[in-house]
Amino acid sequence: MYVYDAIDQRLVEERVSQFRDQTRRYLAGELTDDEFRPLRLQNGLYVERHAPMLRVAIPYGLLASRQLRQLAHIARAYDRGYGHFSTRQNIQFNWPRLEDAPEILGELAGVQMHAIQTSGSCIRNVTTDHFAGVAPDEIVDSFLWCELVRQWSACNPEFAYLPRKFKIAVNGAAADRAATYVHDIGLQALRGLDGAAGFRVIVGGGMGRTPVIGEAIREFLPWRHLLTYLEAILRVYNRHGRRDNKYKARIKILLKAIGPAAFRDRVEAEWACLRDGPGTLNEDDVQRIDARFARPQYEALQDLRLPAAGAFGAWQRRNVHPHKQPGYAAVTLSLKKTGVPPGDVTAEQMDALADLAERYSFGELRVSHEQNLIFADVRQADLHALWLRLRALGFATPNIGLLTNIIACPGGDYCSLANAKSIPVAEAIQRRFDALDDLHDIGELDLNISGCINSCGHHHVGHIGILGVDKQGAEWYQVTIGGNQGLTRPGAPAALGEVIGPAFARDDVPDVIERLIEIYLAARESEHERFVDTVWRVGIEPFKEGVYGRAHQERATERRQLAAA
Amino acid sequence: MAGLIRNAQLSEDSWRLLDAGAFLRVGESGLIPDFPPGADVLVPLRLWQCRRDELLQREGRVGVLVDGADEPQALADALPHAALIAIRIPVFTDGRAYSLARLLRSRFGYAGELRAVGDVLRDQLLYLQRCGFDAFALRADQDARRALAAFTELGAAVRRPYAWARAA
Ligand code: SF4
Repeated sequence: MYVYDAIDQRLVEERVSQFRDQTRRYLAGELTDDEFRPLRLQNGLYVERHAPMLRVAIPYGLLASRQLRQLAHIARAYDRGYGHFSTRQNIQFNWPRLEDAPEILGELAGVQMHAIQTSGSCIRNVTTDHFAGVAPDEIVDSFLWCELVRQWSACNPEFAYLPRKFKIAVNGAAADRAATYVHDIGLQALRGLDGAAGFRVIVGGGMGRTPVIGEAIREFLPWRHLLTYLEAILRVYNRHGRRDNKYKARIKILLKAIGPAAFRDRVEAEWACLRDGPGTLNEDDVQRIDARFARPQYEALQDLRLPAAGAFGAWQRRNVHPHKQPGYAAVTLSLKKTGVPPGDVTAEQMDALADLAERYSFGELRVSHEQNLIFADVRQADLHALWLRLRALGFATPNIGLLTNIIACPGGDYCSLANAKSIPVAEAIQRRFDALDDLHDIGELDLNISGCINSCGHHHVGHIGILGVDKQGAEWYQVTIGGNQGLTRPGAPAALGEVIGPAFARDDVPDVIERLIEIYLAARESEHERFVDTVWRVGIEPFKEGVYGRAHQERATERRQLAAA
Repeated sequence: MAGLIRNAQLSEDSWRLLDAGAFLRVGESGLIPDFPPGADVLVPLRLWQCRRDELLQREGRVGVLVDGADEPQALADALPHAALIAIRIPVFTDGRAYSLARLLRSRFGYAGELRAVGDVLRDQLLYLQRCGFDAFALRADQDARRALAAFTELGAAVRRPYAWARAA
């Protein structure tokens, strides 16, 4: 856990006073809605369907138990007793009052937290791999670099009024668990020939209306140059990104418009002026920040062989992950129990989880972009006891990596931008596939649901993606297959899903998913071939035909005849 | 006149903005009008580019008005002569002026007055100042006296103890 120094603490406190004054002036009629909007957004406050929504940053997903208790307190005192973990390592409260927002931000500052730049046209909360620091395939501990990016980007005066929002992800391991190819900037850690750390710099990926896989514009950037290079990219974007149309304002559109090579040239030209300048990192500074991380003091332990049978075994196979330290393991707490909106946690559960984190994982936990929680440092000898406690709390559903580990945005139940609801769809699918034995046969599958094209549920990179669309005022759902969020295994790069055909009514969605699964099970070459591998091997045509049947084939024939005529 | 803030204090404005059209067209006399003698004149970049030599020869100081979207190279030749560079902000959410200011200060070494004009509001003053602006012609409805409080906010953000942070 990064521990604030006096300056970090003062900054969050000063930010609260600033926003308190801005809110007061807004409520007194001294600021118009338009003038107040970017100010409140950059302090995490949206105006949603029911009330303002407050999005609190959990920088790079890392949370201490006392912070989680404070979130529980906020949920109780200012909200309706629960919070929602989002796909961007934030927590959202759906029912606070605007008048209370400065007070809530003050309570957050008391535990070294904030909502700075969790929204608005600025550099957002930096995200990373939820196994950072513990993964056996670690290249660097990404938390350190994320913290540097956080300090550099928070209240950076030059980049507070960008053309659009800007998301940076850092991945420190061999497998890309941070979806670096679908961020405005993705930083993939590497080691140079001399063993020193550096980053591949990937720019212009993203989801939303125009989904794009990012371009690597620099294969290896030595760590010293991290901030000057980011500055160069952001400056080129701030100066040249489009501002006349918000749908064309993301950096990916600039990259497309001028071409990746020309974009890289501009960045490199800008960087040539910044390189080795005062923004360059030095060893002392990096070490001073590194030293502010309180890291777990591991005991010298041996790896254990635990019973692999029964429910405990099933949970271990899905929800327990290897750890670089012998005798330890990382554990995913599934927030995807059927019937509970994905990512939702009550205040009581937060308190209970804070207790468990203290008892079993050095008082820390992490939020994953799959909307689950992670205990990263559990002694293997404690796994069984922890499992029993988690089961009692409803967080031991053994579905990590499986179909029912659905990623879903809040959708039409909460979000004013939604075309359609996402939570009831997630629940209907979970109910259909609840027989866990079936699930294990189906194997690994990421299923993502977004309530509109803003793609907060990351449907473009789901192996199966579901998107809420509006058809003459009714809620319909478009299905994509073949997406993938990152290099989760060799040979499986980030990919965007393809639409299989016309949208479906909500009640039909579980049938459609079931049909897709049947087609996959019949077509796969072995149990090791995942759903998405099959889609990539055979293409989407068999799935289309299977789902839309003869009607689809007839339409296709008709189209071909028309085309030939 | 809207309030002017200079070096975090209320200030009087001695500058007169000249309309590019009026000084690039032949007037009733059949001549292009002369510049007003002696006064501090702020001229749009286009006017500077067209009548540079006359502007340099006249008595009185000259300033150049540019847009946030302009390239710094386009005004590089004005920088050694200008006592004022004013950057126009069309709408307060347009962030290009911030980067242009940074470039003029850090890369082009401009040390004279750098003024934000246009949609300049109290809650953007702090970041504008941190990017190099030292003067602000506030939008007409803004209360300049009360806006001065903006400069006392977020002091910690510029006091990080690291070398890279001092670069900002
Ligand atoms: S994807 Fe659309 S509906 Fe879902 S949370 Fe984002 S904006 Fe709202």
